[in-house]
Amino acid sequence: MARLNILKTYKIYIGGQFPRTESGRYYPLLDKAGNTLANICLSSRKDFRNAVVAARNAQGSWSAKPAFNRGQILYRIAEMLEGRKSQFLEELTVQGITLKQAQAEFEISVDRLVYYAGWCDKYQQIYGSVNPVATSHFNFSVPEPTGVVGIIAPNNSSLIGLVSAIAPVIAGGNTCVVLASEKFPLCSVTFSEVLNSSDVPGGVVNILTGKSSELVSHFSSHMDVNAMIYCGNNKEEILLSEQNATINVKRVFVYNQNWMQENAQGAHYIMDAQEIKTTWHPIENIGGGGAKY
Amino acid sequence: MAVLRIPDFSKSNTIDQVGIEERCSRFQTRSIKKETKVQGLKMVLNMIDLTTLEGKDTEGKVKQMCFKAAHLHDIYPGLPTVAAVCVYPTMVKTAKDALGAAKIKVASVSTAFPSGQAPLQVKINDTKFAVDNGADEIDMVISRGEFLKGNYNFVFDEIATIKEVCGKARLKVIFETGELSTLDNVRRASEIAMYAGADFIKTSTGKISPAATMPVTLVMLEAIRDYYYHTGIMIGMKPAGGISNSKLALHYLVMVKETLGNAWLNNQWFRFGASSLANDVLMQLMKEKTGVYQSSDYFSKD
Repeated sequence: MARLNILKTYKIYIGGQFPRTESGRYYPLLDKAGNTLANICLSSRKDFRNAVVAARNAQGSWSAKPAFNRGQILYRIAEMLEGRKSQFLEELTVQGITLKQAQAEFEISVDRLVYYAGWCDKYQQIYGSVNPVATSHFNFSVPEPTGVVGIIAPNNSSLIGLVSAIAPVIAGGNTCVVLASEKFPLCSVTFSEVLNSSDVPGGVVNILTGKSSELVSHFSSHMDVNAMIYCGNNKEEILLSEQNATINVKRVFVYNQNWMQENAQGAHYIMDAQEIKTTWHPIENIGGGGAKY
Repeated sequence: MAVLRIPDFSKSNTIDQVGIEERCSRFQTRSIKKETKVQGLKMVLNMIDLTTLEGKDTEGKVKQMCFKAAHLHDIYPGLPTVAAVCVYPTMVKTAKDALGAAKIKVASVSTAFPSGQAPLQVKINDTKFAVDNGADEIDMVISRGEFLKGNYNFVFDEIATIKEVCGKARLKVIFETGELSTLDNVRRASEIAMYAGADFIKTSTGKISPAATMPVTLVMLEAIRDYYYHTGIMIGMKPAGGISNSKLALHYLVMVKETLGNAWLNNQWFRFGASSLANDVLMQLMKEKTGVYQSSDYFSKD
């Protein structure tokens, strides 16, 4: 007797758990021939709200982790991702790209995680500074995570765009809520399984699937989201995001690059979701002597 | 006046735990939205006993909480105040002075809260001190050790004694249901307290987990209902500890309405003992008003 294949249920990822959308809605994902590949959760604004709560709860302890440790965890994601190579290649190709393209996309994704793992405990030295001031203060500036970041991942790729948007945000000690590509959502769900098995605390990355047209207004208006990264070029959605963001003055960044390129990475992506804190520390400065620090 | 016949508490009703849990899960399926939700949330706010019961409490902390009690979120016009503030006896005077003319009651825990492990005389003095300082309500704890030993008369007499000391202050009796282990015991403790003169029965101190749960609260509400049928006397209910979000608070209101009816749906007869619930309710109200999900960054913490 022929065996029935056990098909995977593609669910969303909130606070380290894999719930279905609370709305019970889904959309079918079709391959080129029109066959259904999977039913994908159509996340609602309540799923988004729950994800923000999870991200906020995780934010304090994630940003308090030693930067070096965050680097180890990012490296661990890369390791776990590498171990699932065949599964990702299969999902990438079934969504319509060639094996060669899939291989390239997968390899760059792993390398990108390793790249940002290295930055975790280094960008602070590059972007922090000791500032000359005229009073007797030791004055220094350091970057600090902005908090919870909402990410609309690129719609035109399944894995590389997702990884490129998430990695710099969490490397900088932020937590995030991500809306995966509507067109190519398969890898996002599998990637959240990778995250779940790689020491990333629950809630640091939350991944939803669904429509950006439905959720972008909530991403941009939520008072507890501190910054928003929009990957894409839909002019209406960008304008709406920028307008809504004024409610709580959240930062909005629009990325629209080819993530396969080598220069689509860098510490400045980490800095987008950072705030600069400057400290004025009084020091003794008697009789014109120099600073003693 | 009819003589109140005191029943034999060792023979009090037993509880069908499965039935209680089933009933509670039904309450949680109610969907309360829009205007109904806003009205419910305002009612919740008005039923809160805003509480600080920590070893590190200071006059400053209590004053700050009293201000919050009267000014929950001033940019939202027309909000009610909370029902009362709940503090330790030493802070009653501070709270009373800080609240001034505001129509907010001061509740004081007493009788060696939270353990209740002190001689009767100490408990009496503790209560007297709070009442003399102007407490409008007294939250006493029962002696759980004696209760679990089966010493029901001891528990009964203690409650009756404290009730006498309270004078005009309303008496809430805390069972610490998390230590009573069974719902049968919760039912029994409810009956003892009501017959001994409690004005309110209250689930927990908030110091141990589990604190208030829906099943425990339902058992107590049903005890109140049965007592009312027997005697015609209304008793108040106060779940305390562990109710920290609006949705759950609304489900509690549904439970009160469907068990006791509208007469209990006001802060004379129903209270929430909570410290973080108020902010969650305020955030939900602001969400309904502005249409935008809120952040705790914009609400005062204490």
